[in-house]
Amino acid sequence: MSDWHNYLNDTVKNIPPSGIRRFFSLAAEMEGVISLGVGEPDFVTPWHIREACVYSLEKGHTTYTANQGLLALRKAVGKHLSQTYQVDYNPQDQLLITVGVSEGLDLALRVIVQPGDEVLIPEPCYVSYVPGVILAGGVPVSISAKPEDHFEVTAAMIEQAVTPRTKALLLSYPNNPTGAVLSKQQLSAIAAVVKRHDLIVISDEIYDHLTYRGKHTCFASLPGMQERTILLNGFSKAYAMTGWRVGYAASNAEFIEAMNKIHQYTMLCAPVTAQMAAIEALKSGRQEMLKMIEQYDRRRRMVVRAFNEIGLPCFEPGGAFYVFPDIRPTGLSSVAFAEELIKETKVAVVPGNAFGSSGEGFVRCSYAASLASLTEAMKRIADFTARKIKRL
Amino acid sequence: MGNNNNDKTDQSILELLEQNCRLTSGEIAALLDLEEMIIQQRIVAMEQKGIICTYQAMVNWEKTATEKVNALIEVKITPQREVGFDAVAERIYRFPEVHSVLLMSGDYDLAVFLEGKNMKDVAQFVSSKLATMEHVLSTATHFVLKTYKKHGCIMEDGETDRRLVITP
Repeated sequence: MSDWHNYLNDTVKNIPPSGIRRFFSLAAEMEGVISLGVGEPDFVTPWHIREACVYSLEKGHTTYTANQGLLALRKAVGKHLSQTYQVDYNPQDQLLITVGVSEGLDLALRVIVQPGDEVLIPEPCYVSYVPGVILAGGVPVSISAKPEDHFEVTAAMIEQAVTPRTKALLLSYPNNPTGAVLSKQQLSAIAAVVKRHDLIVISDEIYDHLTYRGKHTCFASLPGMQERTILLNGFSKAYAMTGWRVGYAASNAEFIEAMNKIHQYTMLCAPVTAQMAAIEALKSGRQEMLKMIEQYDRRRRMVVRAFNEIGLPCFEPGGAFYVFPDIRPTGLSSVAFAEELIKETKVAVVPGNAFGSSGEGFVRCSYAASLASLTEAMKRIADFTARKIKRL
Repeated sequence: MGNNNNDKTDQSILELLEQNCRLTSGEIAALLDLEEMIIQQRIVAMEQKGIICTYQAMVNWEKTATEKVNALIEVKITPQREVGFDAVAERIYRFPEVHSVLLMSGDYDLAVFLEGKNMKDVAQFVSSKLATMEHVLSTATHFVLKTYKKHGCIMEDGETDRRLVITP
């Protein structure tokens, strides 16, 4: 028997397996688990969107589309960005429909990063950023956001991490896993650093609609930033469309053309059915979206309050659908907390260090779960925490 | 401003209770990030004003052994001076077997929803009580074959959570 591992490309071999994967196996084997570990809405895609998709299938829309995506969808995205954030992109050459933000991120990194280029990544962050940079041949440089700042990265921290090799900055606010958001003022200070050091910004704003305090600031809308920003977004979170795999990238024509070059050879186009559904979502999905957001907002308040009452300090996240409570009072590491919690109470949460070392001491809890599940889960976490604290 | 906030709170409480009337004031307080006392006061006030009329369970009788027959009866009536349709409507809704009575625009005046033990029961009620009532011009009875959705609640078993247990 050959050892097939030896045949693997070194870059891939050296990427460690996702911290979530091992934990997933543990949770998947158990029955009756209440999961607060899911990074997607608990709502099913609103019916009018599903219905529009069924109609498109009946009408026989089953072909490839243009590599860049359906022009009608690009136009709708352009109109949406213009109306919501006053940023104008030409649907002809400044917008690209991708297979979710995941593909958009991969494309953005691959067209920007030269071998050895450094990409700044504020952590905790989504699990694919660091591997994405490595796969693109770059060097990920982590910036640890601090719990005392509610995990909001500062312009000063970013500036401190800049070296002559720094090429780009990866921003993702509202943030998965912490729920942190940055104000316009904070983002403007970051924009000044970006300009000073001539950086490219890849801004993953997939949770933009899920902002509960004030208004989301689109990074590209800041003066001078649109040109040097690759804005990534999609339909997964706001419209509960995770499985459809459809998103978009917006930037200057040069970047979009380069991204489209890779996209046409590797992906060809985003699924036409999902693109048709996305058009419907933009056209008339706002009402249903606002209803979902209101429900998240209510659960958010309930969960934050519950964690603080339990004795696990939890700052109030301004966005996304996660809370990131501090579990250090239990004396457990975040992995031990998550493992013992699921074994003893059948409640699944995700250890914070899966999102970068600065997440150690915290766990990610998604409140994209029914009210009944949340109430029961919080009861179990309260009992569990009391037991652990008593033992100290 | 204070009134506006109260209105908004009341509306949120109503939306939550309309979906699940078993939520406690403590739970509602947590969801809306308010004091439990405030929620209790608002609910009592709305009960007294008749804004919250009752707290009921939504039952799918089709899943039980109990036989029930439902019917929608279109009723045409002659409105009366001063009281309009109200007097006749009241005479109809006083019957306990009548579930709902609505004044409609269009071809007929009252939509009367009726529940009986069986078809004979319903027929009996229509022919002896309803059709013979003074000012009632005509009735048209439609039996309900199946209830799919009622008061926003889908009667079929709902969509299950198909998500993986842990996703990034």
